[in-house]
Amino acid sequence: MNPNFNLWVIPVLALTGAAINGLFGRRFPKQVVAAVGLLFTGAAFLWAARVALAVFSGSVLLPHTELLASWIRSGSFHADFAFYLDQLSMVMLLVVTGVGFLIHVYSVGYMWEEGGFYRYFSYLNLFMFFMLTLVLANNYLLMFIGWEGVGLASYLLIGFFFLRDSAAAAGKKAFITNRIGDFGFLIALFLLIQKFGSLDFTTVAEGVGKLPTEAGFGLLTAVGIFLMVGACGKSAQIPLYVWLPDAMEGPTPVSALIHAATMVTAGVYMVARSHVIFDKAPLALAVVAIIGTLTAFFAATIGITQTDIKRVLAYSTVSQLGYMFMACGAAAYAAGVFHLMTHAFFKGLLFLGSGSVIHALSGEQDMRNMGGLRKKIPWTFAVMTAGTVAIAGIPPFAGFWSKDEILWQVYSHGPKILWALGLLTAFITSFYMFRLWFMTFFGEYRGKLESGDHGHGDAHGHGHGHGGIHESPMIMIVPLVILALLSIGGGFIKAPEFLAPVFATGSVHVEAGHGEGAAKVEGAVTEAPESKSTEYWLMGFSVGAGGLGLLLAYLLYHRRPELPGRIADGISGLYRTVASKYYVDEIYNWMLIAPLIDVSRRWLWRGVDQGGIDTVVNDGAIGAREVGEIARHMQSGNLRSYAGWLAAGAAVVVAYMVWLGVR
Amino acid sequence: MLHLLLFLIFGAICVAGAVNLLVQRHPIQSALSLIVVMAALAGEYLLLGAEFVAAVQVIVYAGAIMVLFVFVIMLLNAAEEEHTAGSRVAMILGVPGVTVLGLLVAWMVVQHSNSPSVSPAALYADPTTHGAPATIGTLLFSEFLLPFEITSVLILIAIMGAVVLAQKPQHGKEEK
Amino acid sequence: MIPLSYYLVLSAILFACGVTGFLIKRNIITIFMSIELMLNGVNLSFVAFAAQWHALSGQVFVFFVMVVAAAEAAVGLAIIISVYRTRETLNVDRVNLLKL
Repeated sequence: MNPNFNLWVIPVLALTGAAINGLFGRRFPKQVVAAVGLLFTGAAFLWAARVALAVFSGSVLLPHTELLASWIRSGSFHADFAFYLDQLSMVMLLVVTGVGFLIHVYSVGYMWEEGGFYRYFSYLNLFMFFMLTLVLANNYLLMFIGWEGVGLASYLLIGFFFLRDSAAAAGKKAFITNRIGDFGFLIALFLLIQKFGSLDFTTVAEGVGKLPTEAGFGLLTAVGIFLMVGACGKSAQIPLYVWLPDAMEGPTPVSALIHAATMVTAGVYMVARSHVIFDKAPLALAVVAIIGTLTAFFAATIGITQTDIKRVLAYSTVSQLGYMFMACGAAAYAAGVFHLMTHAFFKGLLFLGSGSVIHALSGEQDMRNMGGLRKKIPWTFAVMTAGTVAIAGIPPFAGFWSKDEILWQVYSHGPKILWALGLLTAFITSFYMFRLWFMTFFGEYRGKLESGDHGHGDAHGHGHGHGGIHESPMIMIVPLVILALLSIGGGFIKAPEFLAPVFATGSVHVEAGHGEGAAKVEGAVTEAPESKSTEYWLMGFSVGAGGLGLLLAYLLYHRRPELPGRIADGISGLYRTVASKYYVDEIYNWMLIAPLIDVSRRWLWRGVDQGGIDTVVNDGAIGAREVGEIARHMQSGNLRSYAGWLAAGAAVVVAYMVWLGVR
Repeated sequence: MLHLLLFLIFGAICVAGAVNLLVQRHPIQSALSLIVVMAALAGEYLLLGAEFVAAVQVIVYAGAIMVLFVFVIMLLNAAEEEHTAGSRVAMILGVPGVTVLGLLVAWMVVQHSNSPSVSPAALYADPTTHGAPATIGTLLFSEFLLPFEITSVLILIAIMGAVVLAQKPQHGKEEK
Repeated sequence: MIPLSYYLVLSAILFACGVTGFLIKRNIITIFMSIELMLNGVNLSFVAFAAQWHALSGQVFVFFVMVVAAAEAAVGLAIIISVYRTRETLNVDRVNLLKL
């Protein structure tokens, strides 16, 4: 029997931290707020690590379910507060708590000068609570609570500087776009309840197992497509990705944690968790793969043209998420989750590093005003280099292993066109990342800050006045270094093998004693020996794509920096379209938002609300007032009129009684 | 026969006094008419065998209360009534209303009265209708003791109230 | 031999006169006196019924009514004096500060 790990403690620790900081943080000094935030997140990480050690030692039979309390018992439908531990949730748990803790530490330094310090940590802990609930849930309903909750936390944190209109608008955009995805998710849940009568993962898996694979469009395909709609909203895929670039209005550590490492990966996690459904619905899988690949390519092309350092990383995130969905679409869920893990490391690192750059430049985010920073902020430069090389897919850094695994799986199990697009996207990824690297750290400094000058950036209020360009404090550097080490060495974690038992189409149990490492399970994705050489060729292509990107970026942004401008002028129409993000926001605005606002304004506001409801209420009040006006005349202050009324009333009463008596 | 005549005389005086109260313009004349009404009513009470009540009527009502009224009229130098705009409600609703009231009651009484005719002699002979002071006194101090005591308290309160309300303004409020 | 209903009719007439006086007179003191007239009318009917029903409690009640009327007259006149002091008039139509 498995020991009881009390898994529920992990999310509740984060919730406790959020509650303490939220309710009392205003009166605490900043040190106490930071201590509370770090303490509870760290405790959650340690608890998760303890569980992980038990799992890795092989003494735990997975999957392992723990019931905390019963929740909904309605007829034959049950949903409970229960937690589910298997290899997949183990990986997610470690990533969320580990990377989350590092980002908390970083935030203490980054947000020290900002107002609302306690609010920030409260929201961040709240986010951790919901994300951990999402990851540990054993049924779709509890997962949906976490799903919605991380959306809420994201809204609160994107709009953290809420006095800025653009930040508040970005928060709203994120939440509303997410809601559209959630609508799809809910429809999928309704279909599941209708078909299987339950939302538990195990019950659904058993039910799905009895159904045949669908050839065309069937119930499971519908469920899969609606689940994918939900994932598109949360994980920023086409057509619901538009909120992620705007979400960069939030503080940089928020972008790192929520919009790179954890929340946006919830969609990938959900698709991986629902693999039993997708395995039986090839049409839905195809949809997932196509959306993932298109998004990866599309976002990468936009990333080339962006000048805000955080925007480049945002589009890069969208693109890398596309890779993860591409992998899931080729039924290589383990590869997708592996990329999720390495992406959390290097994208988190890149965002935090860019935060360090912004901090050093007192709020400057435009790369055109950067340059030549590598001597001035050496630590930041070192870690950013590690992150950039990792994302470009250059071995032996982490990104290479996961990205190559994906490309290999897509090549073996999917249409080759998807592989080709994926390879092209790898090239473009490397190109824009090294473009960022060169523009920020090499060449001449193009900005306005002098060493020893007081810099006041934009509305961030990052001007501390300790003089120009300065390196970040140790509290920010240490997490960066840890993430850099993970980005370098993370590829050697044998995640796909560890995760394989979850996605095997056969039995899903690992006998005690096997733990991580090779599990001989039937149906696991194996490789045929003679395709090993193909695999090496493909590996070569991936590395080559990464190297080509580096070369092109070196040429255009280091050697001949005037070239990019000339090329852009040459293809100005195309360039402007791409730089304006293909006008997608404008199209959405024209197609959906403007008509909706118009209907709201004309019909619902003026018509129903002002015309209908207000009129009814106001007329009621006016009526009451009119009646009062008339009745007021009785209160004339004239004694004799009162007496008159009295006498008349008495006469009426007596007459009535007489009449009664006479009858 | 004699008693009916006495009743009619006293009744006529009552009504005449009441109507005079309505007709007179100066309040002092209204007050004097009221005294006349009360005196006549005392006569009526005597015809009904209520000798104690009749005496109290003259002593208390006519002798004390009306004297108080006259004092106040003289204190306040009340003058003849001036003509001001009255209340339309009182005129239109009130007066007809009360006339109707009065007529109705009267008609009712006349219609449905199978009330006996009484002669004062019979009333004085019967101890249950003869309101002798001794009888009334016994009743007051046995059956009606509580209301009796409460009315004493009531009078005390009234005295205090009257004193407070009618006193001259204090020194501090002399300047107006 | 006087039918008791005669007394009741007389009482009704006195009461009606009292109410009419209350309605048509403008002097506060006169209005007050009309109230006393009403009370007297009611007293008469009490005594009449006491005679009809051989219940002396009717007369005792008259006694109490007189006590209450005395108390009421005392306080009421004190109020009238107070009103006269502040408003300088005994005309009830001028005492209309409670007008809305």
